[in-house]
Amino acid sequence: MIQHPLLASRRRFLNQTMGGIGAIALAELMASEGRAADSVALEPRQPHLPARAKNVILLFMAGAPSQMDLFYPKPGLQKLHGQPLPQSLTRDLKLAFLKPNATVMGSPRIFQRHGQSGMYFSDYLPRMATIADDISFVHSMVTDVVNHTPGQSLMMTGSPIAGRPTIGAWCVYGLGSESKNLPGFVVLSAGRGTVNGAENWSSGFLPSTYRGVEFRSSGDPILFLSNPAGISRELQRTRLDAIRDLNQERVAATGDHEIEARIASYEMAFRMQASAPELLDFSKETAKVKESYGVDNESTRAFGTNCLLARRMVERGVRFVMLTHSNWDDHSNLNANLKKNCAATDQPVAALVKDLKQQGLLDSTLVVWGGEFGRTSLAEIRRPDQPETAGRDHHPDGFTIWMAGGGIKPGLQVGQTDDLALHVVADPVHMHDLQATILHCLGLDHRRLTYKYQGRQFRLTDVGGNVVTRLLV
Amino acid sequence: MVYTVAGLVPTPRALRPGAGANPVPELPSARTAVRVSLLIGWLAVDAFAAVDFARQIEPLLRKNCQGCHGARLQTGGLRLDHGESALAGGYSGKVIVPGQSGESKLADLISATKSARNPKGLRMPPAGAGLSATEIASVKAWIDEGAQWPASATPVMTVPRPQLRHWAFQPLHKPPVPAVKSGVPRNSVDNFIHARLEQEGIAPSPEAGKITLLRRVTLDLTGLPPTLEEVDRFVADTRPDAYRTVVERLLRSPHYGEKWARHWLDLARYADSDGHENDRVRPHAWRYRQWVIDALNRDMGFDEFTIAQIAGDLLPRSGEAFVGTGFHRNTLVNREAGTSLEQVRFEQILDRTNTVATVWLGLGFGCAQCHDHKYDPITQKDYFRLFAFFNSTANVDLDAPLPGELGPYLRSRATYENKRRALLNDYRIAERQKEWERRLLEAKANPGKWTDWDHHYSRVTLWVDNGETILVTPPTERLPQQAEELTAFFIAQYGEVTSKKEYDDLKFKELAGKLNQLNEAFPALSRAQAIRQDPVPRRSHVYLRGEADAPGIEVEPGFPSFLTSGEQGKNANRLALAQWLVSKENPLTARVFVNRIWQEYFGRGLVRTAEDFGTQGEKPSHPELLDWLAARLIDSGWSMKELHRTIVTSATYRQASTSRPELETRDPENRLLARQSRLRLPAELIRDTALAASGLLDPAVGGRSVRPFQPSGAIIYNTALAWKESEGRDRYRRGLYVHLQRSLPYPQLINFDAPDSKMAMCSRTRSNTPLQALNLLNDPVFFEAAQALAARTLMESGGVGFADRMEYAFRLCLARKPTGRESERLLTAYQQQRELFRTDPAATKAAPAVAPGQVDPAEAAAWTGIASVLLNLDEFITRE
Repeated sequence: MIQHPLLASRRRFLNQTMGGIGAIALAELMASEGRAADSVALEPRQPHLPARAKNVILLFMAGAPSQMDLFYPKPGLQKLHGQPLPQSLTRDLKLAFLKPNATVMGSPRIFQRHGQSGMYFSDYLPRMATIADDISFVHSMVTDVVNHTPGQSLMMTGSPIAGRPTIGAWCVYGLGSESKNLPGFVVLSAGRGTVNGAENWSSGFLPSTYRGVEFRSSGDPILFLSNPAGISRELQRTRLDAIRDLNQERVAATGDHEIEARIASYEMAFRMQASAPELLDFSKETAKVKESYGVDNESTRAFGTNCLLARRMVERGVRFVMLTHSNWDDHSNLNANLKKNCAATDQPVAALVKDLKQQGLLDSTLVVWGGEFGRTSLAEIRRPDQPETAGRDHHPDGFTIWMAGGGIKPGLQVGQTDDLALHVVADPVHMHDLQATILHCLGLDHRRLTYKYQGRQFRLTDVGGNVVTRLLV
Repeated sequence: MVYTVAGLVPTPRALRPGAGANPVPELPSARTAVRVSLLIGWLAVDAFAAVDFARQIEPLLRKNCQGCHGARLQTGGLRLDHGESALAGGYSGKVIVPGQSGESKLADLISATKSARNPKGLRMPPAGAGLSATEIASVKAWIDEGAQWPASATPVMTVPRPQLRHWAFQPLHKPPVPAVKSGVPRNSVDNFIHARLEQEGIAPSPEAGKITLLRRVTLDLTGLPPTLEEVDRFVADTRPDAYRTVVERLLRSPHYGEKWARHWLDLARYADSDGHENDRVRPHAWRYRQWVIDALNRDMGFDEFTIAQIAGDLLPRSGEAFVGTGFHRNTLVNREAGTSLEQVRFEQILDRTNTVATVWLGLGFGCAQCHDHKYDPITQKDYFRLFAFFNSTANVDLDAPLPGELGPYLRSRATYENKRRALLNDYRIAERQKEWERRLLEAKANPGKWTDWDHHYSRVTLWVDNGETILVTPPTERLPQQAEELTAFFIAQYGEVTSKKEYDDLKFKELAGKLNQLNEAFPALSRAQAIRQDPVPRRSHVYLRGEADAPGIEVEPGFPSFLTSGEQGKNANRLALAQWLVSKENPLTARVFVNRIWQEYFGRGLVRTAEDFGTQGEKPSHPELLDWLAARLIDSGWSMKELHRTIVTSATYRQASTSRPELETRDPENRLLARQSRLRLPAELIRDTALAASGLLDPAVGGRSVRPFQPSGAIIYNTALAWKESEGRDRYRRGLYVHLQRSLPYPQLINFDAPDSKMAMCSRTRSNTPLQALNLLNDPVFFEAAQALAARTLMESGGVGFADRMEYAFRLCLARKPTGRESERLLTAYQQQRELFRTDPAATKAAPAVAPGQVDPAEAAAWTGIASVLLNLDEFITRE
């Protein structure tokens, strides 16, 4: 392929100016040219700092899982079960539905300590308990908002108002993509989507090159991946050859070397058509691996398949994989729903972490498990005559997430909430801190990973964020 | 421990008025207050050595505070270098309460004391060692002693902000047109461009070839490719005004309004749904789009266009102008149950403030929502003064009939209403709804008592606009539309607060079906989303950190202080704001607007940062040309068509876009405009040109949004949003009309960088991704277009040989004829495909459905392949 001098000089420039300058310079180049050829935009780039992780798998438990029924026992609640709390304690709570006169609900779950680190897991998470020593908990997560859409938006984009780039887009913008045949940012969803829909993988005001590519639940995994009816791969190649040659003619006629970037995109599309089916083909995985993920089991099939896919994507250089599991928003029927959600995800998640470790990928892959906020210790009882249908409301002031792999010291428990799970009493970690930490593990300085839009330098962590150094290796 | 200032002797707390929590337990009467202040004065003078302001306090303020709160900067609206200002306080209100350090925010902040005034216990200054205990005590004592600030201590002085001298804020004057020695200027635009090129010693490019020029100007003005007849006619027309004739024809085309409406809709963040969790469909949003198209086609002046959108509801004879206020209704709306209504409202007002500033002023006001702008002279107070213009507005949907709708509607209305009333009576809705409403209001009065009803109340008030007000309005006084919406909610959602059995027994689902049938059977009026002024204006504040629950000082509406002199715009309404935006006093609007139009013709604006004319934006490449265009726009009565005419008839626009190797290092970004640029078409136009070339396009102008085919399998949350494909001709309408569901944007549009409409989009990126390739190659919509183009070629080309047919298809796509090499390459591709199809029984699937009987299926399928190649060419999706 003829190397356009401008394109070449851009590349040289990017290679010479390592790290953050590269990313920033890229943004300026894009802004100045009003275009973003993938060949440049997705080129792998050096991070600002030494990186521990190369890839991220975000296990997004949409709807907000209940921390005190899964990971963080609160015996204090049992004692007060069924009683309202004094107003002095409930005054500052941000509640979506509950009123301050709601009563306390103790968790009916049984907790045990696991692993060398002695982490607590409830009886709904027997498999996750077996990776206790590979993961670290943050029990003191806080976020600013109490409803799902702004909550998910804050988690993904750093702002409760929709419209900014999402974390996966930022990562690929910062680091480029290692894969020549697959997108840099992929979204996998088991069953129902999330309340924010495509906003959760939007590139916002970054070029659409960085947008998450959704693997669809039916039909083509990547939209328009298959040839139209009647077009074999050979015919497709014939079409592509003609397109390439005619485009090349146009380069000669107009002198516009940007056409070559389009030729390159068509070639990558063709490669993607071949590599995506290969990615989805589990025949080379051992029966043991497939079984561990539960891909053949009714309850775990959907999420297990996605977890195994995530591992295969990371192997193939996909930078950021987001797996969503929806819906953990248990305002009612908490017990029954939690049991179902845990049954669907517990085994696959544990298998994923173990498998990554076994394949030697965990050191370079950051795994993050969590939702947009947590749940209240107060009960939400919509049907007083049916107490078993009780649930919990949204709780942004102290909830649990966990991280594992690339850059994270395992076996830690960071932060605490009070005995009634109302507020953080030690080491609060804001959503922006979590984002800063994720970027840090990838070698990106959250204050330097910026993009100028409408006259302002935007970043994932908005105006906040501190790396949680305690979590780092 | 509390210290006195002089001598640092611990003093009993009780003796020190003003220190500690509250020195005056209660203030029963003014007389007591007077006595207390006398007491303070006496204590200050007599009992304790008075704090020496000049010696003890002023130096401390200078060292610790005035860097951010002084003559140069007034962070948080506060200055501590001048007595009157310091005592007046900042955006949060007073920070010094003379005589009461325990009530003074300043004291809380320097001592990092948590209080209602300082809820997070922040410390000032935020960096450095801060004030020592002694210094803190001095300040407290000084406040307690009455916070005397000798007038002579500091003169009032504000360092003039250098940003005020920023080019974009200077008054607009029409500059003289420079003379040029070389080049062939066609109009004054060229004088500016050529003058600069002369300085650089660069010659402009020659005019583009006739066909290239026709395809360019047709795409640019109408968004559609020229027809073959139009190409032939233009090529044959050798008169000197042939091009001008074409331009006039295109400016008269109704497709002009469609093409340029789409650019405006990017700015207006137009969408057909709310966004967020429910992402409810907005059935009337299209009416605003229709209004924009009509306004552009009628060449409504940009001043009038502005006024209608900002404040059309306030015009004395509004006519249809109120439909323009639909601009403000394009904000996101969160109807997720449990969300605070005030928060939802507040966010809409913030969005309107930001959007108006971005669209008309080209400034990012968003920064000033939380604090004074770091670089531009926009204070947080300016922000909320602009906010205040929009704060007293409510959302309303109003009848906005299109021609021909009113007659049938009026004739059938009585019958419709009788039928509807009868239906509602059959299901005893009136009495049941009354009881339902009673329970809702009871739940509201007793929060936490019935949690299911709490939840239900939250849902109804978020779902039905102004629902909270409607519920407390007697049914007879409700507007018919409001009453209808509330009833519809009751019928559809009552099941949430009753047992399934009871809800089923009521047969409300059946009723909902019947009501739907009734609505469909009778003619309705088109409705429009609009806003209207609240009868009682709301108070506006500077909201600290931009948060709805942190109101600071009250503000009145007002124009941005750095663009106006004195108190201009104080207490004005939205209409005055709109008029000011397009007045001579505001130097920004015209500059910002002409730059946006310019950017669509040349790939980038004269000011490259179209969204930022502030100090952080880029300077214009041709400042005089920008001002000349802006001044001319105003002189022409803000005629948008005249602006387009000026640009497209210039020699600068008409140049060839062929790259010039000798300029690649001198002017790599083509800012000097010694040539035109090749620009990839916007997402919608890629769809439109494919449909036009294949003959599938339905060229109807205006109307409701449509849903073309898209494969199922998208990840969705709300199954009610599943894409229901439109039928018939609606599937082939222009991209502009594709239903824009915010949480589920149409893939082809998003793939090619159409905005997802969360905020104003000032310039689209032109990305180039493999997903775009997959889209054009494999999307059934584009493959159908390829089949249709193949069929059209086989049936219409007139020829039977490959060459004739191929040339026909080629010209339909690219307007020009193929070169010899291109013909040869296509012939090879055709033969290869034909051979492959002959051996492949699946080939018939690729063949066009309407191929005439004589054509061999493999041959027909090969034509589909050729058509698809053409529709995938870079040139096809590019304006050269």
